[in-house]
Amino acid sequence: MLKSLLIDPEKCTSCLQCEMACSLEHEGVFNPAKSRIKIFEFEHGARAIPYTCTQCAEAWCMHACPVEAITKNPATGAMEVSDAICVGCKVCTIACPFGTVNYNHDTGKVIKCDLCGGDPECAKACPTDAITYVDANWTGYERMKKWAVTTNAEASAG
Amino acid sequence: MGWQKQILRVNLTKGTCKSEPLNMEWAEKYLGERGLATKYLWENMSPKADPMGPDNVLIFATGPLTGTMSSTSGRYAVVTKGPLTGAIACSNSGGKFGAELKYAGYDLMIVEGRAPKPVYLLVQDDDVRLLPADGIWGTTVWHTEEWIKAQHQDPQIKVASIGVAGERGVRFACIVNDLHRAAGRSGVGAVMGSKNLKAVAARGTRGVRVKDPKRFMQAVNETKALLADNDGRRELTELGTNAMIDAMEEFGGLPTRNFQKVQFEGTPKIDPAAMWARKPDGHRNMVTNKACFGCTIACGRIAHIDQHHFTIVNRKEYWHASGGLEYETAYAFGPVVAVDDIDALTFAGYLMNEHGMDPISFGVTLAAAMELYEMGLITDKETDGVALNFGNPEALTVMAEKTGKYEGFGKVLGLGSKLLCEKYGHPELSMSVKGQEFAGYDSRALQGMGLGYATSNRGACHLKHDVFAEDMEDQTGKGKAKPCKDSQDRIAMIDSTGLCLFTTAAWGVDEFCKQIDAACEGDWTPERLVETGERIWNLERLFNLEAGFTRKDDDLPARLKTDPAPSGTAKGKVSEIDKMIPEYYKLRGWTPEGQPTNETLSRLGL
Repeated sequence: MLKSLLIDPEKCTSCLQCEMACSLEHEGVFNPAKSRIKIFEFEHGARAIPYTCTQCAEAWCMHACPVEAITKNPATGAMEVSDAICVGCKVCTIACPFGTVNYNHDTGKVIKCDLCGGDPECAKACPTDAITYVDANWTGYERMKKWAVTTNAEASAG
Repeated sequence: MGWQKQILRVNLTKGTCKSEPLNMEWAEKYLGERGLATKYLWENMSPKADPMGPDNVLIFATGPLTGTMSSTSGRYAVVTKGPLTGAIACSNSGGKFGAELKYAGYDLMIVEGRAPKPVYLLVQDDDVRLLPADGIWGTTVWHTEEWIKAQHQDPQIKVASIGVAGERGVRFACIVNDLHRAAGRSGVGAVMGSKNLKAVAARGTRGVRVKDPKRFMQAVNETKALLADNDGRRELTELGTNAMIDAMEEFGGLPTRNFQKVQFEGTPKIDPAAMWARKPDGHRNMVTNKACFGCTIACGRIAHIDQHHFTIVNRKEYWHASGGLEYETAYAFGPVVAVDDIDALTFAGYLMNEHGMDPISFGVTLAAAMELYEMGLITDKETDGVALNFGNPEALTVMAEKTGKYEGFGKVLGLGSKLLCEKYGHPELSMSVKGQEFAGYDSRALQGMGLGYATSNRGACHLKHDVFAEDMEDQTGKGKAKPCKDSQDRIAMIDSTGLCLFTTAAWGVDEFCKQIDAACEGDWTPERLVETGERIWNLERLFNLEAGFTRKDDDLPARLKTDPAPSGTAKGKVSEIDKMIPEYYKLRGWTPEGQPTNETLSRLGL
């Protein structure tokens, strides 16, 4: 079963455990500057929202790459960058409408979320379940459930 | 590892910024953050120096676990000689600035001298520069952060800065980072201002490595799980530190009306339940909770003020959520000044963050001024017509702003309670030790807390010892010296790791040790860690003795020793501080005059 990262901004406390976990997995060092997932703060720091690649089915980055360095991992659905093929031209960083592919100056390659091969470290590190890894066809399940209970007036009146 | 093994030395007089290797011998004896900064301070300045002069040294220090995945890994400490006290000052803060400074590649930053003109320091990995602060000098902390990020077109820069209060030498000015976290106490912000240093802007991309990543992550996951399952942690997440206000009210340990009382009738209007209740504008005071860097507790409060409230009705710039009430702010703007208007308290909190001031010292200084006003010794003429009566919310918010902007009577409040009370001829009304104002725990109801206040190296402080359990169980001074001393040593160690004291809801020394030993060189044991804490405590003490402090400075104001608690579980009791001190000195291995003996010093390698 294909799974997907599910982000619930309301639960995010902006602790950046996810950014550290991501950089540790991919770079072997605690370094949010090299994280594939980012937390953004709004309104004087009152709101925090995690954001990363949503793994488009018809990915702009994949189609834009002139050397076919970005391919879909059939097991996870993740668009993955092959460092052996990537020439660091950054065309994908322009093509991606969401900004989730970025250039890494130290390696001369681009970096993006690869779902850690199907076991994302950010989701495991998140202390509040603001980031979870769920059935890709049912990312709305918990939200549906939350609203479903309100449709039964009798049950909710109790 | 854990350490970056590199420090930064900034000389403001000469305008130089140089990196140098971390002294690893000192790192293995003092760990990091509070401890290591104390050692560097001791070696780099005379404790007799004027705290506001160019010879004072200001140190920003991270710990070996700062910037790692350990829960609460965002801490950094500011260590210097404090202008509020004349003693060693050690204030730590969370937010995201500390980790960023470490990611830039530095364990610690030493700031010396005084800049000829106002400057700010930019630290971007190897690129370290002093830049003119013309565009931000004279402005608020909030403006400074925004300006620096815009100036460098880099929203990911993290900023620690001072407001006008720090520039003008308000003795309890603090250093604020990330809009609402602060190295709050002892006037470290005034030291920064005296050096003409407006801000430090950090951006780091180097990351932090640990000695044994696999063992480290195992320790991190185990200790994070302990916190996740802990009820004390859950209370901090859900209610914040202000859960304490209901407990202290019930116990009768909540200092009220400048410590004339120990219970406050307005508590239900400013407690966590009140923060969650709907207000006339349909909103709640509480918006959400927020974490500092790496923290899996998230005790921070984000709050909102009713737009119709008198404080902000015509001031749209405050119609946004920001840092909300924590226990110490609720105490210092609530009971101690007898104000129970939750929006006024929240607004005063905004002002502290915006202008860079310590809410505890401000609140307790205002409380002393209120008592003097009610005695007729401070007049309406001096206060520009503001009635400084206990319970007046306008007095709280107007004076908070005047002090932050260094205007009118705010200049007098900016002296701190000790000098203010001396000025009006009543030094006994200053509720302070070594010139630093008390936190929200009354020494008559919590005897061990009183001993901690009296002996804390930075003046009255609730964060350098932990005798709560013993104090709640037994309201005498008996047997309090030992848990006080032991917790002081333990906390000196915790303050030196880069982690937050609030993890102790679920962690003991073993949990810190597991993480330190996997991250850092050296074979760290719990015993060695506690001994490190004791070494740090004694070195701080040596600094203070050299600065001129004596036995008589380890004392509480007469009010707490002679005026019995008027109500609560400690009704009729006074502080037993005079009995506790000799026992404490003996346990410490100090002479009856409070001097560490040669034997104690050599045992600790001092």
